[in-house]
This record gives sequence, structure tokens and C-alpha cells, in this order.
Amino acid sequence: MDFLVFQYPMITVQACLDGILLGVLFALIAYGMALQWGVMNIINIAQGDLVILGGYIAYFMYLYGIHPAWGVIVAPVIMYFVGIAIYKLVINKVVDRDLFISILATFGISILFMQLMNFAFGADVVLANSGYGTTMLFDSNVVLPNSKIFSAFISILFAACLVIYMKKSKLGRAIRATAQNARAAKILGVDTEKVYAATFGINAALCGVAGALISITFTIHPYMGLPYTIRSFMIVIVAGLGNLPGVAMSGMGLGVFEEFADYILGTEFRIGSVFLLLVLILVYRRFKLSRKREYLK
Amino acid sequence: MKNNYILYLSILIFGIGAPFLFPAFKVQLSILCVLIVLATTWNIQGGEMGYNSFGNILFYGLGMYLCASVQVGMFFPLAEWTESGGEKTFVHTPTQFFQGMALGLVVAAVVPTIVAGLIGYSILGLRGHYFAICTLGLGVAAGEISGGIEIIGAGQGFTTPPFPDVGSLEARGEFFYFLSFFTLILTFIAVRSIYSTRFKLILNAIRDNEDKAEAMGIETMKYKIIGWMISAFFCGLAGGIMGGLVGYIDSTDVAFDGREMGVFMVLMAILGGKGTLWGPIIGATIFHIFKEGFWTFFLGWQYVALGVLIVVIVIYFPEGIMGWLREKYPERFGEVVDEKDRKAQVELK
Repeated sequence: MDFLVFQYPMITVQACLDGILLGVLFALIAYGMALQWGVMNIINIAQGDLVILGGYIAYFMYLYGIHPAWGVIVAPVIMYFVGIAIYKLVINKVVDRDLFISILATFGISILFMQLMNFAFGADVVLANSGYGTTMLFDSNVVLPNSKIFSAFISILFAACLVIYMKKSKLGRAIRATAQNARAAKILGVDTEKVYAATFGINAALCGVAGALISITFTIHPYMGLPYTIRSFMIVIVAGLGNLPGVAMSGMGLGVFEEFADYILGTEFRIGSVFLLLVLILVYRRFKLSRKREYLK
Repeated sequence: MKNNYILYLSILIFGIGAPFLFPAFKVQLSILCVLIVLATTWNIQGGEMGYNSFGNILFYGLGMYLCASVQVGMFFPLAEWTESGGEKTFVHTPTQFFQGMALGLVVAAVVPTIVAGLIGYSILGLRGHYFAICTLGLGVAAGEISGGIEIIGAGQGFTTPPFPDVGSLEARGEFFYFLSFFTLILTFIAVRSIYSTRFKLILNAIRDNEDKAEAMGIETMKYKIIGWMISAFFCGLAGGIMGGLVGYIDSTDVAFDGREMGVFMVLMAILGGKGTLWGPIIGATIFHIFKEGFWTFFLGWQYVALGVLIVVIVIYFPEGIMGWLREKYPERFGEVVDEKDRKAQVELK
């Protein structure tokens, strides 16, 4: 535990840039979570496991000699159908029920996915090598892998496409209408069942993109799902539902926080600090709201 | 009421006789007792109070580490013990072992209670799913952080003191069985007496409508914290016993095992029926039998089976066994049923 961060300002720059590029990915996952939370009022604990599954799709393409970057296109297509299947089998039975039921049900899905991935792909930490090389900045004091820049760019592209789709298309408008008031949307002829399925599918597809990018830039492992769920949950509660710039900003903020926690506390406390930050944020918001005699809803 | 005494007496006799009748299952029976304790105490705040926590594993793991640390630290330097791992450089004499265990269990029960009291004020102000996710984060964070602390073994794990040689080979199993069975009886008596007081009604009022309960003049925060502290007390105790029983503590796989034990206690309570006295006990028993079956016959696939089990229980069986029985035989639960009304309702369904 040394404080290189304060002695060498370049490390600070490095951590910030790394964190921002990482945070964009988190924001993409959180966007999916905000979408389904807003529309279906469900917190999906299996979110992170969908991400990891998407990562394994890209990794398998890499194993069979296809460049993993194509996973960005293939993974969301497969994950969309995985998402629809999960919705049809489980989620549509818990949509209108108590929130705790949906949390527990998705927790079950999470355990199931974790173990199935462990069987199918083995318990090794893997990454898909994209062979993109690195970029040097500031007299090669700051090293940025090109794959990270690529992944941030792709994430922004996908998020932008989705935002335009939600604004312009018929399904997008139906989704937004259902999020505002499901009953009114139903009365006006929106097939909410279809909308829910599509929302969950889109969320899974976003997870697939993020997973493919993570398998290129970082590493994936069957048990690494839960931290991604917690990160996206944290980003959504900090930003608030339906606040897209907020999701992007808090995603990057979380990325930078993690990089600094990694440098200052050490890598073994990285995941722990993320979970602790979640607790602190919730407690902070609870005290802030309790002054007005309100609570988090 | 008379029937109840016969029931209690037969359970007590069975409990005392069990290790001699089924000597091969002593460890399993002790684990069952610990599981029942965990499910019953989760039910205090999960079922009766409506605060569904994934974080009781925090108290369980804390109790486990504290009990083992006290047991070692009373007689030997703790850092050297964990450094040496499983090697027997230090050996507890029987007196030292039991003294250490006794003090360790007291500490393992009291400290988590204090911790619950301290964090209760900030965490119990959260409601619904925020509380659930926050406690989930708390449990995982505790596991990750304790995995980085050197003095309690870090990622390498912590070997609890081995059971001393007291002459009989069966002594270890019997000691831990009676310890956990005694804890179970203690828990049952405590919970049963709590459930017959005004305190339980207040907890139910909080579950049904917290704002209204507050408006009626109940200091909800105080009762919520007390409820959580009672839960933490028994969770810590169960953790301390389990640590000695397993003999080895690992931060994320044994102590703060949110993925297994943390979900098990919720699941057992839901399977048996939330918010009932007997529900968690029945649920834990059935769950333990199922789990051992899975672990034996589907080795390797147990987590897959567990995941499917969670989804199935939660979707198709959220009321639990007691809830189902209550719907089927309401008279047994002291509910007066108008037969005409019941038939009308069945037809409506």
C-alpha cells in the first residue's frame, strides 16, 4: 500500500482515463437495468450473469478463430433471445408480484447461470485477445490499450442507437408509454406483455454487447457476475430512473472511483470497496431523505 | 394445548436420543439444528417485520470468525496460529478448548448484536428492495474485506482449534450436536416467548403498514432495531458453532457465504412459510433433506438444482407449507370459518 498516486501525477491521469473508459461500459449495463427497472419494476440480480454470458459468446468466437470484435454484433442477437426465453419462463410470472419475490427469483436465475457457465466453460479466468495494441500518451507515461478505447466507442454507439430507437420507433414509444403508466398503455391498445418481453430482450442484448466488450478489454470468469449487478444498481440509484446523462456521468464516476480504490487500497479490496460504496450511498440517501421525513421508494 | 406438550416432549426426547440412534448422521443433525436456528431468526425480521434481508450472513460470518479468534487468541498468539495454517504447532488442552469455546460463543453472540444495533439505525431506514440490496452488498463486502485481512488468515483461511483428545472418538460429534441442539432449544423458547408478546404485534404492524404504525405512536425504528438485534444474536451464535463444526473458515466460501448460506436461510423460511413459528423449522428440515440429496446424487449439478429450486419455490410456492396448510385447514389455526363463505370464495377463484 504505497501512495504513488500522490507522488506521480501521471498515475492519477492514468487512473482517471482508465476509469472513464471502464465507466462507459458500466453505464451501458446500467442503462439496461434502468430500462427494465423503469418499465417492469424489476431488479434483475442476474444482470451481471447475462453480461458474463455475452462475454463467453465473444470468447468462443475468438477460440474458433473469428475476431472477438464481431462478438459485439453476434452476442446481442443471441442474448436477445436468451432474454426473451428468461422472460417467458420466469419473469412474466413475477412482474406484478412483490418486489422481493422478483429479487429472489432473479437471484435463483443468477445462481443457475453461474453454475451452468462454470460447467460449460470451466472455472478459468479467460480473455479474448483482440490484438489491438496500445496507445501511448504524454511521453509514454500513460498507456491506454486500444481495446479499451474501442470498447468505450462501441458502448457509446450502441447507447446512442438505442436512445434514438426509443425516441423514434413504434416499439420504443410503446415501451416508454408502458413505463409511464402500464394500465393506461394497455387501455390504449399497447400489448404490454409483448412490451415487457421486448424490454427484457433489449436489456439482455445490451448486457451481451457489454459482455463482449468486457471479454476483449478485461477478463471474464463465471462467478464475476454479481459485482456487475451491484455496480449497475448503484449507478441507477445515484442517477435516478430515466436520467440518461446522469447514468453516463455516474458510470464514469464509479469507474474512476474503482481505479483509485485499486491503486490506494490494493486490488484485493477492489470488489469489497464497490459493495461498501453501495452501502454508503444508500445510507447517505436515507439520511438525506429522512430530514424531509421521506424514504427511498 | 395439551397436544402441544406431548409434541414438545417427543421432539425433545427424539433430539436427545437422535445421536445415539443414528450415530452416522450426527454432523448432519448438528447442521440441521444450526440451519433451523438461522431460518427461525431470519423469520423474525424477514417474515414478521417484513424487512427481507440478505445480510444476516454478516452476523453469521462475524460470529464464526470471532468465536474462533477468541478461542485461539486466549491462549496463543493469533497471528502465528493463522500463519502456520493447519500445522499443529499449538495444541489446546481440553480445559483450554472448552473455556475458549464458551467465551468465544459469548463474544460471537454479543458482538454481532452490538454491530446490528450500531448499523441498524442507518440501514433499517431503507425500505423494500433498497434494504434487500443494501444488505446483500453488506454481506458481500464483509466477505471481500475479511478476505484481505492478514491476522484472520486472509485468502488462505483459518483453521479452528481441533477438538481435544478426551478419550472417546465419538466425543466431538456428540459435543457439537448437543451444543447446537441446546442452541436450537434456546432459540425456540426465545422466539416462542417473543411471539406471544406485544412486541410481535408491533413487528407485524410494521410489516403491514409502517407509516400507519408510526402514526399510531409506535416508535418503529426502535422496534426494528431490537428485532434485528435479536436476529443477529442467534445468527452469531449459530455461526460460532458452525465454525467449530466445520473446522475451517474461509472468508467467502464458509463464513460470509452469501451465495449459499445467505440465500438458504431466506429460502428455508419461505419454503416453510414466512411469519409463522413452525414454518421455518419445517422448511429447514425439508430443505436440508433435499439439499443433502442433491449434494449426494447430483454432485456437481447441485447449484443448478439449487437455482431451479429457488425459482420454483419463489414462483409457485411463495406462501410456503404453513401458508398452504392454513388455506387448506383454517380451523386448525384457530380461524373460524363460515362454510358458505368459504365455498363462495372457492367458486370465485
